[in-house]
Amino acid sequence: MAAQPSSAAYVLGLADDAMVYAQRLGEWMTNAPQLEEDMALGNIALDLLGQARALYPHVGSLDGTGRSEDDFAMLRDERDWRNVHLVEQERGDFGQEMARLLWFSTYQRELYAALLGSSDPVLSGVAGKALKEVRYHGDHAALWVVRLGDGTEESHRRMQAGLDGVLPYLPELFVDDEASVAAAAAGIGVRPSSLHEAVTSQVAAVCEEATLDLHAPSWRARGGRAGIHSKPMGYLLAEMQHIARSHPGATW
Amino acid sequence: MATRSVVGRGAVAEAISWIPDPEVPVISIADLGILRSVEVDEKAHRVVATITPTYSGCPAMEAIADRIRWEADSRGYTVDVRTRLAPAWTTDWMTDEGRAALERFGIAPPGRVQDDGTRGPVPVQLTVHVVACPHCGSADTTEIAHFGSTACKALRRCNACLEPFDEFKAI
Repeated sequence: MAAQPSSAAYVLGLADDAMVYAQRLGEWMTNAPQLEEDMALGNIALDLLGQARALYPHVGSLDGTGRSEDDFAMLRDERDWRNVHLVEQERGDFGQEMARLLWFSTYQRELYAALLGSSDPVLSGVAGKALKEVRYHGDHAALWVVRLGDGTEESHRRMQAGLDGVLPYLPELFVDDEASVAAAAAGIGVRPSSLHEAVTSQVAAVCEEATLDLHAPSWRARGGRAGIHSKPMGYLLAEMQHIARSHPGATW
Repeated sequence: MATRSVVGRGAVAEAISWIPDPEVPVISIADLGILRSVEVDEKAHRVVATITPTYSGCPAMEAIADRIRWEADSRGYTVDVRTRLAPAWTTDWMTDEGRAALERFGIAPPGRVQDDGTRGPVPVQLTVHVVACPHCGSADTTEIAHFGSTACKALRRCNACLEPFDEFKAI
């Protein structure tokens, strides 16, 4: 296949979002408020890991390098990652995680629904598969957001704080960068801005049910799609990659 | 309802079709609907098996592929195991035989897939389908957790016999 750098950059952004959020969600295992949540968040992380694994070899084929999933996940440095800042942020409290999961899975649901029509058969195949899964992720987060938001005074306060905590990281999800504009023009991808309204209205409906207020962000994170990341990213990569880098080529 | 007609004929195809799912060993990969086809070239002693994952991150895929290779290899066939994502697996592909096996094992089989893929996150949990207890048959059951011991299952409890059980989720 002839190299298609702009398509590769677009798909890499999607894959990196899934990979990094899988890593963050995996941290909840043994740390969630109840055993069922350890399993739920572990399962959601596994779905995201599966999406990343399906997408990485495709990026390697689109960019002509033939890189494998391990090359992408384990052997790239921070500046080569194209994920948004939202997914790399440190694990907050459980309410904040449910706010992040609600936004991210609602975004992914709209994204994958749109990518069903992608002219790239790998992308539309991954989208068809993932769409069924992210619906469960969104439902799960919505149930918790309502339960905590419309719960006790303390749970409401913390859920509202969690919702406010992720606000600055949301606009970046919907920014049309060079790669997504090119991918949309080629019929491969979608412009992130086209997803904004549908995602926001769905999250707003959940928040209303949860008696929570959706505020406007006071500042906006940016730069993830260009490889400019925040402080937690380096620590995340160090933990995720150190075994693969300390023991190159190891198998078990 | 799905049938096992996707599976080719002959001893090696039969052996591959009866490979149990590693995480739910009472059901075969053919009855689960994840074995999409087995093509056997008897002259060249060559097998091409196509499988599809239940969920994107299903950790059982590699074990299944290894077992298919072993079944073919031990019969003197060279084998090519292919993974196909589209069309995406649905529990509607599960055979009647498979559903019955799940129920005997204590896992409630999946209901019909109703999702049209267009609705948003549900703020309030509604009982959209009745899941009967695989132990006592009561229809009075409650979901405990959206995600059970594996991604493909939810955790429920029977309000009649009080036993917890897994439900295979319809997707």
